[in-house]
Amino acid sequence: MTSVSTTTPGADWEYAPAPESRQIVTIQREYGLFIGGESVPPASGEHFTTLNPASEEPLASVAQAGEADVGRAVASAREAFETSWGRLPGRERAKYLYRIARAVQERAREFAVLESLDNGKPIKESRDVDVPLAAAHFFYHAGWADKLGYAGFGPDPRPVGVAGQVIPWNFPLLMAAWKLAPALATGNTCVLKPAETTPLTALLLAEVIAEAGLPPGTVNVITGDGRTGAGLVGHPGIDKVAFTGSTEVGKQIQQTVAGTGKRLTLELGGKAANVIFDDAPIDQAVEGVVNGIFFNQGHVCCAGSRLLLQESVADAVLDRLKRRLATLRLGDPLDKNTDIGAINSRQQLDKIEGLVAAGEAEGAQRWSPPCQLPARGYWFPPTVFSGVSQSHKIAREEIFGPVLSVLTFRTPEEAVAKANNTPYGLSAGIWTEKGSRILWMAGRLRAGVVWANTYNRFDPASPFGGYQESGFGREGGRAGLAAYLDA
Amino acid sequence: MNADAVTGAAGVVAAGVTAGAATPGAAGSGMVGSDAALRQILHGLPGVDQVGAQERAASLATRSIKREAKLWALETAVRMVDLTTLEGADTPGKVRGLCAKARHPDPDDPSVPPVAAVCVYPDLVALARAELAGSEVAVASVATAFPSGRASLAVKLADVADAVDAGADEVDMVIDRGAFLAGRYAQVYEEVRAVREACGAAHLKVILETAELATLDNTARASWLAMLAGADFIKTSTGKVTPAATPPVALVMLSAVRDFADATGRRVGVKVAGGIRTAKDAIRYLVLVREIAGPEWLTPELFRIGASSLLNDLLMQRSKQLTGVYAGPDYFTLD
Repeated sequence: MTSVSTTTPGADWEYAPAPESRQIVTIQREYGLFIGGESVPPASGEHFTTLNPASEEPLASVAQAGEADVGRAVASAREAFETSWGRLPGRERAKYLYRIARAVQERAREFAVLESLDNGKPIKESRDVDVPLAAAHFFYHAGWADKLGYAGFGPDPRPVGVAGQVIPWNFPLLMAAWKLAPALATGNTCVLKPAETTPLTALLLAEVIAEAGLPPGTVNVITGDGRTGAGLVGHPGIDKVAFTGSTEVGKQIQQTVAGTGKRLTLELGGKAANVIFDDAPIDQAVEGVVNGIFFNQGHVCCAGSRLLLQESVADAVLDRLKRRLATLRLGDPLDKNTDIGAINSRQQLDKIEGLVAAGEAEGAQRWSPPCQLPARGYWFPPTVFSGVSQSHKIAREEIFGPVLSVLTFRTPEEAVAKANNTPYGLSAGIWTEKGSRILWMAGRLRAGVVWANTYNRFDPASPFGGYQESGFGREGGRAGLAAYLDA
Repeated sequence: MNADAVTGAAGVVAAGVTAGAATPGAAGSGMVGSDAALRQILHGLPGVDQVGAQERAASLATRSIKREAKLWALETAVRMVDLTTLEGADTPGKVRGLCAKARHPDPDDPSVPPVAAVCVYPDLVALARAELAGSEVAVASVATAFPSGRASLAVKLADVADAVDAGADEVDMVIDRGAFLAGRYAQVYEEVRAVREACGAAHLKVILETAELATLDNTARASWLAMLAGADFIKTSTGKVTPAATPPVALVMLSAVRDFADATGRRVGVKVAGGIRTAKDAIRYLVLVREIAGPEWLTPELFRIGASSLLNDLLMQRSKQLTGVYAGPDYFTLD
């Protein structure tokens, strides 16, 4: 680091703990399923426990929806589609969506604290990213509801019907908003299945939806593990399946849905390249790398998990990156100064540890800043692998954790070739001061989203989705409406 | 040193210049003396992405500083204040009052440290010097046709000599923004060098007036130019142009001093000035210092805040932190 050596008077200015109060949110001891506008006990009688991944303490007991429960939820959604919600004019639907959006804003702190408790992500992120973006998605789609005739799908595009929506644990509330807002705006009804490890904010959102007075059955939330998701996807009573999650499960879903006439959109994994050229704004590029792979502990499908550095600046960028990583604060997700929270589950932690061990075995150099991990809970330090080549497992497989693989390139052509050399194709980043090069590259990268001089920036007006094994279909923007319109 | 690869020619030349500066008269000519050579260096710096820099500054502004960390920050901020009066209406009485306040910011509480310096116009330096005799508070003076800098070099140097002869420990000069924006980098460089020489033992703070430089790229370039020419401190603003100090500007300058130290081994200080009125703002700047330049810069030797009304808010927040209740503004002296 710095070659200057004198005393460091401010070195001991440690920030005191600044925890957000968890009193703002009331967690019930037990949760039922949200079907037909009310909370009902599962017919299965089964429950499972959701944990706080930062402490392994149990948060609540949540219903495990079985086959009969899935059937009830789908029937309830069908009825709402045929008798109430499906018959409302766009301007009426908009009214409800605006109401949900405002309620999410009003209860933002509650949502943020609950999200951080159940997911492990830092409160800074749930407060400043997840919750505001979730509200923004409802606001944005509320605006479309009475203007669908002008969206380019014909004068009077019709909804698809009942949507079965299965969402992941990395952005529980935000993914629920991504799925529900466009489906509702276009007049569909929904059965939403949140992830097993993070059901609580979806259930709080169900409460908000009930208070907003949506016709019963318009939105149903069924909690459970993979069996519930499979039951929903395979149910003959749904018209559309929307899934966000792993490529492996996405392939299974595609097989299940094949030949049934159900419409399908998949938003799956990624192994995105974040490409830094030698003329890049280096300090901001380093921030972009941090934001690209350490945001949300790297539990981001579009994470910039492969850093491609132009060889002439590789060492310099890596030095700056390491210095920056040493300032990251890992710990209590509810502390307002925490930058890196907990890994969402034991299972995910095992997967990350396995892939990191493979990276070391294949000869890449592993580095982490000095970093004290809490004794309880699931934690993994920010990790950088340098000396990685395309043939290494850690350059090809999605790790879905705070682990960055650093590769180098010599020319723009080589950068494009390496960036595209993956079965995935969700996102990519380009860092350069040359506008012409940004355009040249964006046209050649096989990625659904290309960020220039920024990373992991989301907006409801901007379509999001992938190529190849990253899935198909778009969410957000005008393009995102297509998935829920029979056009 | 890897930093060289990023800061390009600047790193190499910076090393050369500082080595030269050790032998008076050896540097400055030839090596970086021309506009073209300086342009090579300054335009070879990595660009600053405005959106990214603003985002980073905004994100650091959300740091939540509580309890003992806050108390430390408030007391450290008091020690970093350059208590300033730069008005046409300044009188000996005003300056005497300011000096008394500087020595004992809170007369009721001797545990409050004195501020770093009192900052006045050159004609009031002698008075401030006398008033501060026997204290550890330094006397700083603006000079070089402050705030516009629109005068000949001879006049500027006379201004500096005036301040130094009257006993100024620190000189706050302004760069010629017109020359900088016209690309006459050598002129700016030579002026800073000449003033540096005229300062003798006094510390030199170089005011960039970043609001007039307009872009963050220019802020980074002017920072390097001032550091290459021998500045002990780089300072954001005169306080006479808005916006004065802003977090993104401070972020860029703090990155520049960090990179300059990496390349040359010399730590240059940073002073933010103008518009900083609340303890909350001051603490946000300390967070920037800690997380951008590094904790080494968290000392009055390397970080200063030019302000006047800020001091009482720091004292008020400090007493709140210690007693748990706010005392009214009448309990803090106005000088």
